[in-house]
This record gives sequence, structure tokens and C-alpha cells, in this order.
Amino acid sequence: MAAAGSGRTVSNTFAPVRNWLLLPTWLTVGIFMLLPIALMLVYSFLTKEFRGGVIWEFTLAAYDQFVFDRGLFGDEAPSIEWTYITIYFRSLVQASMATLLCLLIGFPTAFFIATRSPSTRSMWLFLVTIPYWVNLLIRTVSMKFLIRENGPLNQALLGSGLIDTPLQLINTNIAVQLGLFYSYLPFMVLPIYAAVERYNFSLSEAGADLYAGRWTILRRIVIPAVKPGIIAGCILVFVPSLGAFLAPDLLGGAKTFMIGSLIEEQFKGNAGNWPFGAASAMILLTLVLIALLFYARAQTKEQV
Amino acid sequence: MNSIPTAVSIRAVAKHFGQFVAIREMSFDIADNEFFTLLGPSGCGKTTLLRIIAGFENTTSGTVLLFNEELKNLPPNQRPVNTVFQNYALFPHMSVANNIGFGLHMLGWSRKDIDDRVDQMVKTVRLEEFINRKPAQLSGGQQQRVALARAMAPKPKVLLLDEPLSALDLKLRQQMRAELKALQKETGITFIFVTHDQEEALTMSDRIAVMSAGEVQQIGSPSEVYEQPASRFVAEFIGDTNLLDASVVSAQSNQHNQVDVKLDSGECIPATAASPHALENGARGHLSIRPEHITLNALSTTNDLAGTIRNTTYLGTDTQYEIKLDSGVNLFTRTQNSGNQQHNFSIGNKVNVSFAPNSARFLSH
Ligand SMILES: Nc1ncnc2c1ncn2[C@@H]1O[C@H](COP(=O)(O)OP(=O)(O)O)[C@@H](O)[C@H]1O
Ligand SMILES: [Mg+2]
Repeated sequence: MAAAGSGRTVSNTFAPVRNWLLLPTWLTVGIFMLLPIALMLVYSFLTKEFRGGVIWEFTLAAYDQFVFDRGLFGDEAPSIEWTYITIYFRSLVQASMATLLCLLIGFPTAFFIATRSPSTRSMWLFLVTIPYWVNLLIRTVSMKFLIRENGPLNQALLGSGLIDTPLQLINTNIAVQLGLFYSYLPFMVLPIYAAVERYNFSLSEAGADLYAGRWTILRRIVIPAVKPGIIAGCILVFVPSLGAFLAPDLLGGAKTFMIGSLIEEQFKGNAGNWPFGAASAMILLTLVLIALLFYARAQTKEQV
Repeated sequence: MNSIPTAVSIRAVAKHFGQFVAIREMSFDIADNEFFTLLGPSGCGKTTLLRIIAGFENTTSGTVLLFNEELKNLPPNQRPVNTVFQNYALFPHMSVANNIGFGLHMLGWSRKDIDDRVDQMVKTVRLEEFINRKPAQLSGGQQQRVALARAMAPKPKVLLLDEPLSALDLKLRQQMRAELKALQKETGITFIFVTHDQEEALTMSDRIAVMSAGEVQQIGSPSEVYEQPASRFVAEFIGDTNLLDASVVSAQSNQHNQVDVKLDSGECIPATAASPHALENGARGHLSIRPEHITLNALSTTNDLAGTIRNTTYLGTDTQYEIKLDSGVNLFTRTQNSGNQQHNFSIGNKVNVSFAPNSARFLSH
């Protein structure tokens, strides 16, 4: 998308040292990002060892197990194995819902913060990020505490007379979405805030001057102008939500089992299946990459 | 005058921002079809007044009438008034055509009517080839034209322009002055034009309101505010002038505000008072004399306004002389260059200084 193709003359001056200066970056990217993915790719094609680990023998068994029930290479006719596809589909829905929830709450929040006086903005931003000083596990457990049957949320609702029987939130999709929403909200707020802060509010005045009402101004002028921030926020929330395992593990149950938990289980203790976990992760990675590619295509098309 | 309707009527409008007074109570009318300019230094409240007319700010007190209808409480999107914003405020994600058509779309015009009007507007501002470009792909002058076309497309009764030319370079600015003026005459839309550039105001306007610190100092035609400034501020802000401390010695209240004033340096001079309350004996103020209204003659007889040329500056069309009068007062004058060397003076020459009583304005404030 935004290729760093400018600044040729400056970089030429530094050409001899440039490669050396970039070495730490390349090492970091190579060792911590590319190498693990390559390892994962290799492992996904290996044979599983029963107590965890792998046997160095090439096989498509992991992918076969993911997609087909009786197996592509058995005697009987293969049939589709729906278990994992269902988990993936459910994860996509859960992550989409969490992203939508973050957007619905995050957009007005970001707008609110960006329109405060400059001196109070940093305080609001700080407030948004305060929960992130606490470990994600602890935050997720606190969420469980908050929404459990006799937790503060239910007691408050019962006390106010809004409900007669406590809400059964734990082990539902709603609980998982709440958990994901709470985990990733700042990733939505911060990029949108950055975009709204740069937004020139005289554009809204120009809209009003040209007979547009409030909603039309929001829809036709403000949102297109801050769209890059919205999309960045959606990606930043959607991608980790898709692979999340803490919220589904702690707040959900068997019916809300998600990709992250599936992969996690394959590597935990002796029961795991490393090649299958690696294959599941590769499939997830491919899905995310395809989604990002579509987005990049749409962006470049728009810029022409 | 009675036959021309009033487009905008400012009635006792004041605007405070907390303790700060951005606009002190002011009242004036702007006629239909008029090119009316608000002229004043930065921070004097021009934009604030424009924003009140457009509906972006409420008045602290007073009202604005548009063709005799009260505008109070009418939100900006319901006022038949359009604005050319100082930074243009073009919609960055829309093409030139969509920017220009936006207001028409909001007014519910049909697709075909919008297309026709947009075509007409891009022709008017000569942007036919750029109709599909985004604002970022246009030069400053072209963006300025889009802003103008967008604001004029819905055929507003009144167009508000907030320093529309200030971001352009000199050459383009001068060209756009003539174009804007022609466009205004052609369309008959009332223009309320804001600028801090006195030359812009003088060359384009039918009338000018000179503002300072939230107050209107004077309203008049360009020649009125230049030739007959009402206050020291106007005399200094518009054009160049000689300002001399003086007081009234004899108020001949007979006609045309004629007074005799005495400069603090001692000279007695017949002058014209800018305001009636300057016509009291002993009233103090300033005498304003435009440099080009002063005539220089080679010294012949003794005269109470005699002096010596201290410096000369060649300005092309004019020559500027700095003169020290025998009493010690410094003046500067401008004389048009005729090509006849005989009329020129040089440093050290003794000269007589003279000017008509009409050209010496006594300003009490
Ligand atoms: N929203 C506001 N809050 C406080 N002060 C303001 C506001 N808008 C304008 N002002 C002040 O009012 C004065 C007039 O501003 P403005 O109308 O923009 O001046 P101009 O357009 O003549 O340069 C300035 O001193 C400015 O600081
Ligand atoms: Mg201004």
C-alpha cells in the first residue's frame, strides 16, 4: 500500500552503511516472525508423535484431519468433517461481532476524546488505556467475576428491579463477545482517535453550510475522512479476536469453543497433536492474509 | 436608494467569548447585489461576524435579518447563505464535480439538474478538465475556484467569503480579484467579502466596513474611506498618510466642517473636520494628509510651510520625498513622475509645501 519509495537521494548517501543499520530489523523480523511461521509450516506437514512432538516424516494427515471425516486416503469414500470448519465459522462470527461492538462503542468514544480540549485529551486517553496495565488473564477473570450468576452486574440489575432472575451470561456467546470487546477496545479507540484528531472540522461546517443535516454530515463527510482509522481499528480488533483463547476458555463453554482454544489444546500437555495445531494455525493465517489482501486491493483501487 | 432591498441587516449584534468581547454592538445594512467588504486587521472579529451570519455562532445580543426575515435560531443548513471558507474546506474524498454538486444534492435537486448546474459552474470557473480530480490533485488557485463554484452552485442569496484570496500568490491574487468582481456583477449575488488587505478591499468593493477590535470604524465607498477617513485608525490602516498632532483654534461652523487647526509645532492650517464634535475650540486630535495630496514648489517667497528635502525615493510611477519643515515637523509626499526632469527635487533643496483644506483631515480620535 504505502510503499516507502521516496527519499532516494538521501538514502543513497547512506547506501554503504544502510544495510548494516537495517541488520537488527532484519534479524528481528527473521528470527521472531518469519522463522516461527516457517517452522509452523514445516510442522504442519509432519507426522504426529503421541506424547506431543513430531516424527520427521512428510504427511498431509493434519490438513486431511481438519477437512475430512473418514480421510481422503482411507478405503471408504471421504466426507467433510464439519467440527473444525464449524469452529472456524463460529470464530469468524464471534470476532466480527466483537469488532462491531468495539466499533459501535469505540467510534463515539474516540470522537468524544478527540473533541475535548487538548489539555484534557491525554487524560481521557490515559483512562482508556488504564486497564491495559493489568494482565489480560486477570482482566478476563475479573470479567467472569463481574458477570457471573451472583456477581455485581446481576446484583445491580436485580436490585434495580430490571430483572427478576439473574442473567445466565457465563458460557454464552454474549460472555465471550463481552470478553473480547473488553480485551481489545483500545485497539479500536486509538487509531480512530488519531484519525478524528487530524480531521478538519471546518469540513463539517462546510457540509452544514451546504444544507446537510447532522447524520448526512457524519455519513458522507466525517466517516469517509476518518475511514483509514476505522479500518485500522477493525483489523487490530478482528485479528487478535479471531485467534483469542483466554476469553472463550474462561467465559465460554463447549458451545463457544474458538480457533484459539483449538490450537492451544494441540500444544498443551501430552494430549496434543502438534502437526494438527500447526495446520490449524496455518489455515487461520491464510484466512487472515486473504482478508488483508482484499482490503489492500480495495485501498489501492480507491486511490487511483 | 429606497428601491434597492436590504439583503443583510446587522441589528445591534454583539458577540462575547466568555469575558472576551469579539464584537462590540454594531448595526449596519448590506444592500442586495452589493459587493460589501469587511476590512480590518487580523483578530478584529471579521470571521466571527461572518460565522454569525452563516449560523455557526450565536449572537450574544442583537439579531441578523436576511431580506427582512429574522435568522435567529435557524441552523446553518437552513440558511439560504453559502460560505467560501478561508482554507476552502473542500471534501477531500470527493471529486471536483461531487464537491460542487454536494449542496444541490442536499437540496434534493434531480440528478439531471445537478449535472447541468455542475457543468455550468465548472465552465464559469474554468475547471472543465479537472471535473474528475480530487482536491489534493489541484493547485491552490484551482481549489479556490472549486470552493467558489461549490458555494455559488445552490444560487445563494448571499455569498460569504472569508479571505478567499489570502492563500494565493500575488499574481494569481490580482487576477482573481478581477474575476471575483466580474462574477459578482454577473450573478447579482450579494457578496460579503472578508479581507485584511486594504488594496483588495479598495479595488473590489462597492462599500467597505473598516473594523478594528470588534468595532466598525467607518462604512463607505472605497473613495470615501480613503479620501475622508473618519478616524485615525482608518487613515492609517488604509493607504499611507502623514499624521500630525494638532488642536482646533477656530471652528468656523458655517459649512463643510471647515476648521483652522494649529499644529503642535506652531503652524496654523485650514482643514476639514472628520466629525462634528471636533468643531470645538481647543479640541485635540490629528491632522491626516495623504502624501499624494501635497504639492511641492521651489521656494520663492517666505511661507509658513517651508522645508528642506531630506531624502528622495524613486518608486517608478512616483517619487517619494521626505521633508523636514522649518518648524521641525517631518512630512512625506508623493509626486507623480512626468518624465520632465525639471520638476524633480533633490536632497537639500528648499521647497514650499501646500495642500487643499479638503486634503487636510482633522481627526479627533
Ligand atoms: N471560539 C472562540 N473562542 C474564544 N475566542 C474566540 C473564538 N473565536 C474567535 N475568538 C477570538 O475573537 C477574536 C476575533 O476573531 P476572528 O473573528 O477570527 O478575527 P479575524 O477573522 O478578524 O481575524 C480573536 O481575538 C479570536 O481569538
Ligand atoms: Mg479570520
